[in-house]
Amino acid sequence: MDLSQLRQLQPYLWTLPRQPDEKRAEVLLYGSAPLLGSMDDKVLEQISNVAALPGLVGAAMTMPDAHWGYGFPIGGVAAFDAQKGGIISAGGVGFDISCGIRCLRSNLNVAEALPEFGRLAETLFRDIPAGVGEEGHIKLNPAQIDQVLQEGAHWAVKEGYGNATDLEYIEERGRVNGAVPAYVSDLAKKRQRGEMGTLGSGNHYLEIQAIERIYDNEAASAFGLREGQIVISIHCGSRGLGHQIGTDYLVMLAKAAARLGIHLPNRELACAPIQSAEGQQYIGAMNAGINCALANRQILTHLARTAFTKVYPKADLETLFDVSHNTCKVETHEIEGKPRLLHVHRKGATRAFGPGHPTLPERYRAAGQPVVIGGSMGTGSYILAGNRANPAFSSASHGAGRAMSRHQSLARWHGRQLVDELALQGILIRTRSMRGVAEEAPGAYKDVDLVAEATEQAGLARRVAFLRPKVCVKG
Amino acid sequence: METQPLLYFEHDADIGVIGRGTTVEQAFESAAQAVFAIITPLGAVQPKTTVAIEFEEDDRELALVIWLNLLLGRARELGMIFSRFRLQCNGSNWIGEASGEKWNDSLERGVEVKGATLTMLSVKQTGMVWEARCVVDV
Repeated sequence: MDLSQLRQLQPYLWTLPRQPDEKRAEVLLYGSAPLLGSMDDKVLEQISNVAALPGLVGAAMTMPDAHWGYGFPIGGVAAFDAQKGGIISAGGVGFDISCGIRCLRSNLNVAEALPEFGRLAETLFRDIPAGVGEEGHIKLNPAQIDQVLQEGAHWAVKEGYGNATDLEYIEERGRVNGAVPAYVSDLAKKRQRGEMGTLGSGNHYLEIQAIERIYDNEAASAFGLREGQIVISIHCGSRGLGHQIGTDYLVMLAKAAARLGIHLPNRELACAPIQSAEGQQYIGAMNAGINCALANRQILTHLARTAFTKVYPKADLETLFDVSHNTCKVETHEIEGKPRLLHVHRKGATRAFGPGHPTLPERYRAAGQPVVIGGSMGTGSYILAGNRANPAFSSASHGAGRAMSRHQSLARWHGRQLVDELALQGILIRTRSMRGVAEEAPGAYKDVDLVAEATEQAGLARRVAFLRPKVCVKG
Repeated sequence: METQPLLYFEHDADIGVIGRGTTVEQAFESAAQAVFAIITPLGAVQPKTTVAIEFEEDDRELALVIWLNLLLGRARELGMIFSRFRLQCNGSNWIGEASGEKWNDSLERGVEVKGATLTMLSVKQTGMVWEARCVVDV
């Protein structure tokens, strides 16, 4: 991205000045000069287009890990007011509805766990269905699918996957309201029959990590984290059901926008007014997709626990937090001193509620919401805490963010070679797709340290802990 | 259809696919091959079972997205991988089929394709060649 077209407002905040004839809201880009400089110009084009959508409140924003997406840029945040003609966009949520990270803290230290990492890797690889074409062990009939879509993680706990305490530490307590299974197509439901409790492929993973550094002792204490502790991160989403909802509604919303006379700078922004019939249908289906993702990560949590106790009989894995980064949520935010109900799109961005937020579990209320920035399998990840004065509708970065296309990665790296190199660094990779490993090469991502630092410096969230990968099951 | 070279274009997070042919239908078939080759090398997939695909759409660009997403959806629903595609268009009526086999351990696993998007979407004719392209989410 050419920074000369931007104006720097603060050390980690930039804007794109409007041309006199340009009818759009403000664009704000969070990040450092090196991070923004490495972004594709398409990020700027996409977020500028978002800023021209009806009913936008405040600015259209990108997080420090932003990159070129479809519809919205990945790392894009935009809030809309339904009462002001605000829209809902499938491209502002993504195909993998409610893709997110479940983070578990263990009672294990890296030193005691290290000798069995090899056996742990094999056990997880065998027990966690991962990769393209893999089905799960759970087969659901149509009535059960509808229950999942209504009840989310509560359905999974009711079926014996995990416990009630897990639910306390999931966004929305494990279930969003407003899910309408009738708005989810039969094909979407059929696709999900064998996909509950599966990880998927691409950038999805289950990773065993060791806490290498604590930045914020007070928040770490609230989160139950300490140096040397083993933590587990599960990154996945709503699987085939969510993908099908995304594809079903992308075309439907594109047609709705044309029929309703919404001017779209680019068709990829397919959207409809929140209060339109199409908008309400998408929201009902999307919420069903969110519940599907929450149930899926709950089942995977159970599978991970079972695998752990086979290797470490005294292992205890507690849910630290479960946070989604592909959603549109209805939230109250203070705008010019007044509370307003907004539909906040976060496409590849994490919600980051600050201390005192009433929806946070009591245990975290003083520290703020746990936020996870998932890095690549060769570098590391961060746990952060939300800030009270977050200027981006309580949003923060969600990952390292790609710096290189998948084809560039394939041309540069070979999966087998990467697996061997990482093993020499003490990082065990288990995968069914060497192509997938090459595409997800650590070098294909931005420097996660810079992203986490920029997230903190921009006031979006503050660093609590750095996690070093030890075992990674890739799809 | 004749086997066409698999064509892609760059996208940061996902993959751009390109299909070309002397007819719009051939371009769509070629685009489908590019999509499914992301999931597994198609040379190893046996066309044991054929599945019918039919839809109505008068917007050519949206038809490409619908075609690719129907293929992906049906493949996942049936636990299959497709390698051969045929498509005919009569006005707004598109009738096609896809052939392939059930997933099995002999197939090399690539990357799952979640769906075709409206990003960089275009279907156009240049001279005698039709070209269809869009970004697919992986």
